[in-house]
Amino acid sequence: MSRKSLASPFLLWIACGTVIPLAVIAFYGFTDRSGTFTWDNILAIFSPEHAQALGLSLLLAAISTVICFLLAFPLALILKDSKLGQKGFMIFIFILPMWMNFLLRTMAWQVLLEKSGPINAILTGIGLPAMEIINTPAAIVLGMVYDFLPFMVLPIYNTLVKIDPHVIEAAYDLGATKKRVLFDILLPLSVPGIASGVTMVFVPALTTFVISNMLGGGKIHLIGNIIEQEFTTSANWNLGSGLSLVMMIFIVLSMAALSKLDKDGEGSLL
Amino acid sequence: MALIELRNISKSFEDTQVLDNFNLTVNENEFITLLGPSGCGKTTTLRIIGGFETPDEGQVFFEGVDITNVPPNKRHLNTVFQKYALFPHMNVEENIAFGLKISGKSDAYIKDKIKYALKLVNLDGFEKRKIDRLSGGQQQRIAMARAIVNEPRVLLLDEPLGALDLKLRQDMQYELIRLKNELGITFIYVTHDQEEALTMSDKVVVMNKGYIQQMGTPEQIYNEPENAFVADFIGDSNIVDGIMVRDKVVKICDTIFPCIDDGFGQNKPVDVVIRPEDLIIGKPGQGHLDGEVVHNVFQGVHYEMEIEAGGFLWLAQNTTSYPVGTKVSLEVEPENIQIMHKPQSEGEEAIEIDV
Repeated sequence: MSRKSLASPFLLWIACGTVIPLAVIAFYGFTDRSGTFTWDNILAIFSPEHAQALGLSLLLAAISTVICFLLAFPLALILKDSKLGQKGFMIFIFILPMWMNFLLRTMAWQVLLEKSGPINAILTGIGLPAMEIINTPAAIVLGMVYDFLPFMVLPIYNTLVKIDPHVIEAAYDLGATKKRVLFDILLPLSVPGIASGVTMVFVPALTTFVISNMLGGGKIHLIGNIIEQEFTTSANWNLGSGLSLVMMIFIVLSMAALSKLDKDGEGSLL
Repeated sequence: MALIELRNISKSFEDTQVLDNFNLTVNENEFITLLGPSGCGKTTTLRIIGGFETPDEGQVFFEGVDITNVPPNKRHLNTVFQKYALFPHMNVEENIAFGLKISGKSDAYIKDKIKYALKLVNLDGFEKRKIDRLSGGQQQRIAMARAIVNEPRVLLLDEPLGALDLKLRQDMQYELIRLKNELGITFIYVTHDQEEALTMSDKVVVMNKGYIQQMGTPEQIYNEPENAFVADFIGDSNIVDGIMVRDKVVKICDTIFPCIDDGFGQNKPVDVVIRPEDLIIGKPGQGHLDGEVVHNVFQGVHYEMEIEAGGFLWLAQNTTSYPVGTKVSLEVEPENIQIMHKPQSEGEEAIEIDV
């Protein structure tokens, strides 16, 4: 048996799991119900309803990504500087939620944020006004940040620990303040990790429909929800496929842009 | 007044005592080398001076001011790190400008300084070069340039030549001496390479196990080692048991040798150091001891031979080759015999010698 044939299960997997479905989507995307070629499903993204959903998706995904970064970078710095024993424990604590089903975690927030849920009970209990956050874009952002934060922390942490400690000492030696070391040394040197983290948060946040379904109460339509509805309730596979292809362009573009920043794959999780 | 003074410094990492009640004075415009095997505390000493480690006990003074708790970015000294530690995301110019920008120098001044520094380290025109496009020797020079443009009072160098090959290392040694003379700043240099230490330093501090073994000029360290550790660490040497019969007379291998040391008392056991190049090889019967060559290796400048004589295997270096099996005699000039006290215990071997 040649070495190449050892790869055949993998090739089969790629073919069945990726190539064939993609081809099917492309077929549906470029045809109408009668099977004739059309651009309509692709151009449907410019209809006000779809364009608005895409715009909101991009906005919420971007906001979530920024918030994740603002939380993750300081956290990764703290992790890097903590002592060896503590370090393992802190990372463990941080990854722990990742092992739980993501639907379950989102559902938990749904319950927590309810109008008469535990959070509001506590708030009113101590005399503060109740929050009306559930079914708003804010709740969706909260869900995205909660679900995707570990994917930002880990790659940034990975690049931070790889920075030669003497490089940081050299900066202090040359008179740099802590702030200067952060902005001139640590931040630029962790760009590969940040790029990887941004990809891993932005892309799933852009395409999610579960989080927006559960925490948006079905009132807020992200592009993911629209596509999902075309496949399920409207049973219009052609339009769903067309919109999916448009989404794919956005995903490929953002990944290509970010992978330029992480040439050596330093920040990759695996 | 001393430029830098370390007073009663102790430092341990977890359970290992690295420095124990360590004292050191560095004078203005001195090239001082901390020399010792790995783990002797030389790098820790340098890091304490640089501010990267805080001593458990003791104080660091800079021109009489206590700087023990002053962070590194507030100290008037710069460091050249062992692996250079250049900023990988900046080009040569940006690396050199880093410290100058922080101290708020004008763009014109920075530009001039970069040009001057690159000229000084013989790398004119390298401004826009990326760090990963530089060889080890070039990176080393840029690290020097990055440190010296800030005109520090003191430059700390942590085995800066360690990663370079032999030829380049020798070139850089002369370059460093030249730089020091041109800049007129104090160099504190850390190395485990005794040849490097002897070549460059005004003052050598030989360290072992966190204690100073001997401090002095390279000549003093080489010619008059104060104990067997120093003699053994600095260059090749024959360290033989001897008996100090009386002043200026020592008995080695049951043979009386005249020497120039005194004050050891009568019939006292001592350690005797004789450098391999100081052994004079002659015809049998003409010297103090008769023996036979048992080993001979050509080493370029000289032949290195092992000569069995008086029950001891002597290491000898000579430009004349005596083939294995040749019967020879050995003779030593009285001033080339260095007498040292025998350590009374294991502990005393590492004990601090007050200077």
